[in-house]
Amino acid sequence: MNDTAARLRHALLRLIVRPRLDLPLALALLLLAGVGLLTLTSAADLEVHVIVAQATRFVLGALLLLAVSRVPPVRLRSLTPWLYAISTLLLVVVAVLGEGRGAHRWLNLGLLRFQPSELLKLTMPMMVAWFLAQRPLPPRWRDMAVVGLLIAVPAALIAWQPDLGTALLVAAAGVFALFLSGLSWWRIGVLLGALAGALPVAWHYMHQYQRDRVLTFLHPESDPLGTGWHIIQSEIAVGSGGWFGKGWHQGTQSRLEFLPEHTTDFIFAVFAEEFGLIGVILLVALYAFIIGRCLWIAANARDTYSRLLGGALAMSFFVYVMVNGGMITGILPVVGVPLPLVSYGGTSAVSLLTGFGVLMSIHAHRKLIDSAG
Amino acid sequence: MLRRPALKDPRREHARFRARAWTGYALILLALTGLLTRFVWLQVVQHQEFVTRANANRIRLVYLPPPRGLIYDRNGVLLADNIPAYRLEVVPERVPHMQSMLQQLAQVVPLSTEDLRRFHDELAQQHPFQSVPLRMKLSEDEIARFAVNQWRFPGVAVVPYLMRNYPQGKLFAHVLGYVGRIDESEQARLDPERYAGTLQIGKSGIERQYEDLLHGKPGYELVEVNVDQRPLRVLERVPPTPGRNLYLSIDARLQQAGEEAFAGRPGAAVAIDPRNGQVLALISVPSYDPNLFVSGISDADYRALLTDPDKPLLNRALRGLYPPGSTIKPYLALGGLELGLRTPQDTVDSTGEFYLPGQKRGYRDDQRGGVGRVAMVQAIEQSVNTYFYRLALDMGIDRLAAWMGRFGFGRPSGIDLPAEASGVLPSPAWKRATLHQPWYLGETVIAGIGQGYWVVTPLQLAHALATLADHGVAHAPRLLLAEQSGMGAPRVPAAPAPAAPSFATSVPDWDTVVQGMIGVVNGDKGTARGLGVGFPYPIAGKTGTAERYSRTTSAYDTHLTNEQLAERHRALFECFTPAEDPHIAVVVVLEHGAWGGSAAAPIARKILDAWARERGLPDTPLTEAPPG
Repeated sequence: MNDTAARLRHALLRLIVRPRLDLPLALALLLLAGVGLLTLTSAADLEVHVIVAQATRFVLGALLLLAVSRVPPVRLRSLTPWLYAISTLLLVVVAVLGEGRGAHRWLNLGLLRFQPSELLKLTMPMMVAWFLAQRPLPPRWRDMAVVGLLIAVPAALIAWQPDLGTALLVAAAGVFALFLSGLSWWRIGVLLGALAGALPVAWHYMHQYQRDRVLTFLHPESDPLGTGWHIIQSEIAVGSGGWFGKGWHQGTQSRLEFLPEHTTDFIFAVFAEEFGLIGVILLVALYAFIIGRCLWIAANARDTYSRLLGGALAMSFFVYVMVNGGMITGILPVVGVPLPLVSYGGTSAVSLLTGFGVLMSIHAHRKLIDSAG
Repeated sequence: MLRRPALKDPRREHARFRARAWTGYALILLALTGLLTRFVWLQVVQHQEFVTRANANRIRLVYLPPPRGLIYDRNGVLLADNIPAYRLEVVPERVPHMQSMLQQLAQVVPLSTEDLRRFHDELAQQHPFQSVPLRMKLSEDEIARFAVNQWRFPGVAVVPYLMRNYPQGKLFAHVLGYVGRIDESEQARLDPERYAGTLQIGKSGIERQYEDLLHGKPGYELVEVNVDQRPLRVLERVPPTPGRNLYLSIDARLQQAGEEAFAGRPGAAVAIDPRNGQVLALISVPSYDPNLFVSGISDADYRALLTDPDKPLLNRALRGLYPPGSTIKPYLALGGLELGLRTPQDTVDSTGEFYLPGQKRGYRDDQRGGVGRVAMVQAIEQSVNTYFYRLALDMGIDRLAAWMGRFGFGRPSGIDLPAEASGVLPSPAWKRATLHQPWYLGETVIAGIGQGYWVVTPLQLAHALATLADHGVAHAPRLLLAEQSGMGAPRVPAAPAPAAPSFATSVPDWDTVVQGMIGVVNGDKGTARGLGVGFPYPIAGKTGTAERYSRTTSAYDTHLTNEQLAERHRALFECFTPAEDPHIAVVVVLEHGAWGGSAAAPIARKILDAWARERGLPDTPLTEAPPG
């Protein structure tokens, strides 16, 4: 009894005093979280409960990050098929019983309400990495077909919810693992060709509001008060920011609520309006650094599973930034992808930080001799 | 766990991963650079345009209409002011279903068909984002009822405004006129910037004449609004410049006294200060309440005013046309003296009938059998027709018309009010031009007693009288006395009315005529004798009784009652006082009056009494008899 308590205290102490973290990445994430809270404080018009809720998520995410960073990749790897199966099953449950505004995304577990699709953001690259790590690489058509199936089933379930943004992110994570496994360029070419051919089919299965979003993205001025409103107001917010921005909490577009969803999906526009191009360059540089650092960690990982998983997580982080940035500047359609660690709400901050926990674990266990045994 | 280590090459996989990872990172950096390029495009290249659009989003320009200038009488009695009121306004683009909204709204706040018609008219002219007034002058009850139901009517709001108000009601309707909604043709000629936010404009009277002074300059507010168009703060405010306050030469007490003296009988009265042309009273009975027109008069009210047989909308002082009758005799007498046709001592024998050589038709005196030989003073005092028949004949119609023209007959007096009638001063030239008929000598004869084609407006007659009283100096009548650029600011006197130099050549001649006119009031046989009793100053006057219908028989109808005479006569009276130094000249026309002296003169006396009271003189009667 005493022994167990002492070991637990020791483990906790070690967790705090000697975390096996990559310091540059940790500092970059801390900085990003700070910038995120600062921007959110302005976007939420100094509403305390919003800031407290977001900070709470960050703390929860940081604890998960620290906890996961202690779990050796080998352990993760052995759990991978189970985690994947469970999260996919939860998607099916959500499809049947879920709740949410207009979309079946949420699962209500009494105290905890969460989106199972968030789990897939982690378990998807884990599963693909798990599968490919035991196949001869670069993969052939047969293995690619299996990977395709592993990606397609959960992605389709998420897209059917409908949540195109998350489906995109989940699928991207899987695809990146495949890409990093050394898939030959001609196969990539064939896949891209097939994808282009599948677009009309996808269009056929899209919800009307998703089609509208794509159409208004192509012609935002055609419906300036309807769905085009988001894009137009976001571009006005960004463009009126100029080089140096209007200053913190001075953005008229967000403060006067011309910019919809200005604490969540469109918070990047608030940032661009208030901190200007200089701020945007610095923020994108910070993201680029985080992605680069994560790829560096993955490249130095011990085994193929860790490499593929870490690399896929790093690159899907890029997808967040790119899709969100493209959306608020009107070069990509409006899909619900948050700006990582800046957008308010959802479980994305928690799941993202958990992902970084995995990367920290990969970093901590990069040596061939695994200290954790 | 399924493992196939034989087929795997960890070193090569690692190398391949590194290559892929860095290729991927290069692509990522490329994509992020592309994203930044887009930011540069929006934030640097198109920055200005987006700044403009951001401001267009949040900043609304709200015009602040200027408060209309107030109008006072010469003593500072308020004649027109602005009172706070509330109206309903609709922003069309924020109303999803206009028809059903109006139907539901009508159950909360009554909307008349006129309201709806005006609203739809303006709706068709304006941009959908511009607010259109729907109902003016809401009652407190209506405001409260709407406030409770406001949530049902997006785009409809209660808006405060300043409503024109005429505290004296119908007493000054024919002087002030009224303001009304700017109509389409006015909209087209108005400076849109100066009238931004203004709904009303002077439609008649002083309100129209001095629109330019009364209407100030609008101000504006730049208001920051949020996405719901809710105003959050004022960024910039330029206050409106109120219109100028006007002081009229009218004296409300004279106006009131005169109006009361009419006791509702249709007619008009004008009082002028002969020394400068200032109009002291301008009365037209019956009148109407100008407040009815301010918020848009209802069809029923308007129809009632239009169909009233006494024509309350007609400004009789300005546009009522009446044969001047005997009131022109003093001017004619003066012409006889000035033209050297008569001396004051020349006499004419009045036998009751006057015949042109070789004609059967007789021209009568008012008294059967005539009054015998009379000189000029008696002729005026007793209004002896024969004296003036002869004088008119001796003068000839051309000289008569030219002479009378110098007193302003036959053309507008030039008062500062719109739409003044010019009357008719007949002459052979006039008759040829308008009736294409030759002039007959008999028409010259009756011109001598102010009958025939000759018609004047009461204002015109008052102007002529003032010219006579001021010895031939014709001051154009003026209502505007002074203006003021705001409460408490100094009163700036209005430019005096233009006046031609006197055309009098012999002052004693004029005094002779005035003697005759004093006799009218004070002489034993004066046609208005007794009128001056108890009045502190000598009054010079002249009666006039004009016939509304030409007589069908030459018989004297002495048995007719005054009521019957009143039906066929118009009673006129003109007078000024003090006779030797006139300060006020008054003309009264009563549409149904038996005789000028008995019916119209007492009204003039009431006005003079009010005037005398104002000068601090004791009320009638006086102990010492008035001189002259």
